[in-house]
Amino acid sequence: MPPPQRTFVRSEFSPALPPPLNVAGPFAWVRANLFNSVLSSILTLLSIAFILWITPGLVRWLLIDAVWSAPDGDACRAPGAGACWAYVRAKITFFTYGAYPRDALWRVDLTLVMGAGLAMWLLWPDWPRKGIAAVLFFAIYPVVAFILLHGMGDGSRAVVNAAANAFNSDVLRDVARNSLPIIGTHLWGGIFVSLLVATVGIVVSLPMGVLLALGRQSRAPFIRFFCIVLIEVVRGVPLITVLFMANTMLPLFVPDAWTPDRLMRPLIGVALFASVYMAEVVRGGLQAVPRGQHEGAMALGLSQSKMMRLIVMPQALTIVIPGIVNSFIALFKDTTLVAIVGVFDFLRAIDTQRLDPAWNGPTISTTGYAFAAMFYFVFCFAMSRYSLMMERRLAHGRKR
Amino acid sequence: MKSFCTSMVTAVAALSLGAVAAYAQAPAPPAPTSKTLEQVKARGVLVCGSNTGLAGFGIPDDKGNWTGLDVEFCRAISAAIFNDPNKVRFVPLSAKDRFTALQSGEIDVLSRNGTWTISREADLGLLWAGVNYYDGQAFMVRKKLNINSALELSGASVCVQQGTTTEANLADFFRANNMKYEPAVYATSAEAVKQYDAGRCDAYTTDMSGLFSERLRLINSDEHVILPQVISKEPLGPAVRQGDDQWFNIVKWTHFAMLNAEELGVTRANADERAKSTNPEIRRLLGSEGDFGKSMGLTSDWALRIIKHVGNYGESYARNVGDGSRLRIPRGLNNLWNKGGLQYGPPVR
Repeated sequence: MPPPQRTFVRSEFSPALPPPLNVAGPFAWVRANLFNSVLSSILTLLSIAFILWITPGLVRWLLIDAVWSAPDGDACRAPGAGACWAYVRAKITFFTYGAYPRDALWRVDLTLVMGAGLAMWLLWPDWPRKGIAAVLFFAIYPVVAFILLHGMGDGSRAVVNAAANAFNSDVLRDVARNSLPIIGTHLWGGIFVSLLVATVGIVVSLPMGVLLALGRQSRAPFIRFFCIVLIEVVRGVPLITVLFMANTMLPLFVPDAWTPDRLMRPLIGVALFASVYMAEVVRGGLQAVPRGQHEGAMALGLSQSKMMRLIVMPQALTIVIPGIVNSFIALFKDTTLVAIVGVFDFLRAIDTQRLDPAWNGPTISTTGYAFAAMFYFVFCFAMSRYSLMMERRLAHGRKR
Repeated sequence: MKSFCTSMVTAVAALSLGAVAAYAQAPAPPAPTSKTLEQVKARGVLVCGSNTGLAGFGIPDDKGNWTGLDVEFCRAISAAIFNDPNKVRFVPLSAKDRFTALQSGEIDVLSRNGTWTISREADLGLLWAGVNYYDGQAFMVRKKLNINSALELSGASVCVQQGTTTEANLADFFRANNMKYEPAVYATSAEAVKQYDAGRCDAYTTDMSGLFSERLRLINSDEHVILPQVISKEPLGPAVRQGDDQWFNIVKWTHFAMLNAEELGVTRANADERAKSTNPEIRRLLGSEGDFGKSMGLTSDWALRIIKHVGNYGESYARNVGDGSRLRIPRGLNNLWNKGGLQYGPPVR
């Protein structure tokens, strides 16, 4: 008699074993990523050693030994004292606004908030009605910002007065008479001026760059020649030279009445400089759009301008987003160069105030520069993150 | 695109034509009355070229108000003209564009610790209205070395900034006195100070005013002493354009008025009262007698205005760089002539 066949059928799966340690888990990750070869192991160890070497001192200097509040520099002069954040706190108003009159700071704040709001509206992909935002930001905002920051001259006062008479409004008449006295640009300074120079550079350079790039590819020889000369000449000299030319030579050549404002000169220089770099970035994008796209557009019967606007430009600009943002980041940091022509930008403000005898001490300069580094890093890092996000969103169509 | 580029071309062409035209008519004959003074009065504000930031001489404070010895000099001119020390617009100028700004007429006076040299007057067409601070190169050493004179520095190692006249002056001084030294040369003054502080050298050298400011940056600033010898001449003072003699006089006599006031004991506090004094010198200075201000295009109480609003030279010195400030620079060469210094105000008569 055959023995009864006993069968065993499992009614459920046995629990999955954890993967072996050398395939998954933190240990495996470390092995695969940090110690996968001799060279990699050495580099990892060196990096760890570097971090261990630099971090404690940095943390101690920046945080533990730092002086957080003090009435003047004496506490920061004590031996062994770290970063003097008290000094940054005492000077933060000057670092932000320069010598802008203290009772009118709301004008700067309001301008910055409006600018930030409009920029968010323009840049945040999901917010609707970009057209309105663009008109507000590029056409109306500069005028409003100028009047807010600089004040109402005779011209704008006359305009408001005319409006007041037209609407017979006492409020407007009051505005025309009393509000917004002029605050000369010699009082402007600090972070606010850095942002202003960067914003003007960025806002002017993108459209100008596109125009110059198109002009460089134009079939009309005169336009092409002019654009090439402008691009190559401005790109061929350092920004410092452009600034010096604008600042010291211009007043010698033009009559007194025409001499541009001392802040206007570097603004023009920076905008011009940024535009030609942008032109070359955009040209790279234009050339990367396949010829077939042009031909397809022509076959559909699109006019030259429609072809550029609807077919070529969107593709070209998408391709060069990293290049554009790269230019913006470089421009943002280049704004510090305006200091050499006597404009009190953020870095210059720090550089001046570290000499204040009330605060001057062994750690003051380092503290000031550390603060500046953090400020620039935050802004540049935000820009680079934004560009990454936009690249990912816009690349959907081309992913296979 | 086309219209844009064309308009750019037109604009550039127009600009260059305008530049040529403006250039052709630039040299105007010197006016008999002060064109600058007229302009300043019409504008209602004096435009003063200042340092972008030098402790004690020209530096904005936390609120952005300009302070310092050079700054107060401009306030004094403003007080003389407008009876108000605050009708000044300060234009911070870098070392590179300071003289161009004066030449081009962008500023009325340059009060920015500029050294008075022959080339700046002869070649650049400027005039120095006087010396409001006699500076010069000096040495800082550690107190514990027990050195009292720069002549005892033989064999010392000296930290110095590279490529400046400071470096050349240093070599000249040691050679002229037959002494040996070891230069330790650094690219920036900040680096040189740091190395001195770290004990790399026995002495650090730069201009006297700079030494007092740099000393604050040392870890134990009390352990360092600045030797009194001055080994180079750096006469710093306000400058104006050539071709406007009356304006030159106004700037020059603003300085002299402050000096004379100190010599005669007229201060900000007692100026009004001293104007009534019987001392003829004081009466002439403060305009109680004579009409000296009028011949310069000012009022007869021009000097009284200066002293009332800004104070005499000694007061301004003490407040900004002397005992009343953290710099605590001794008067030295900047004392009055009758107290062993070089500051000498010609008489008002």
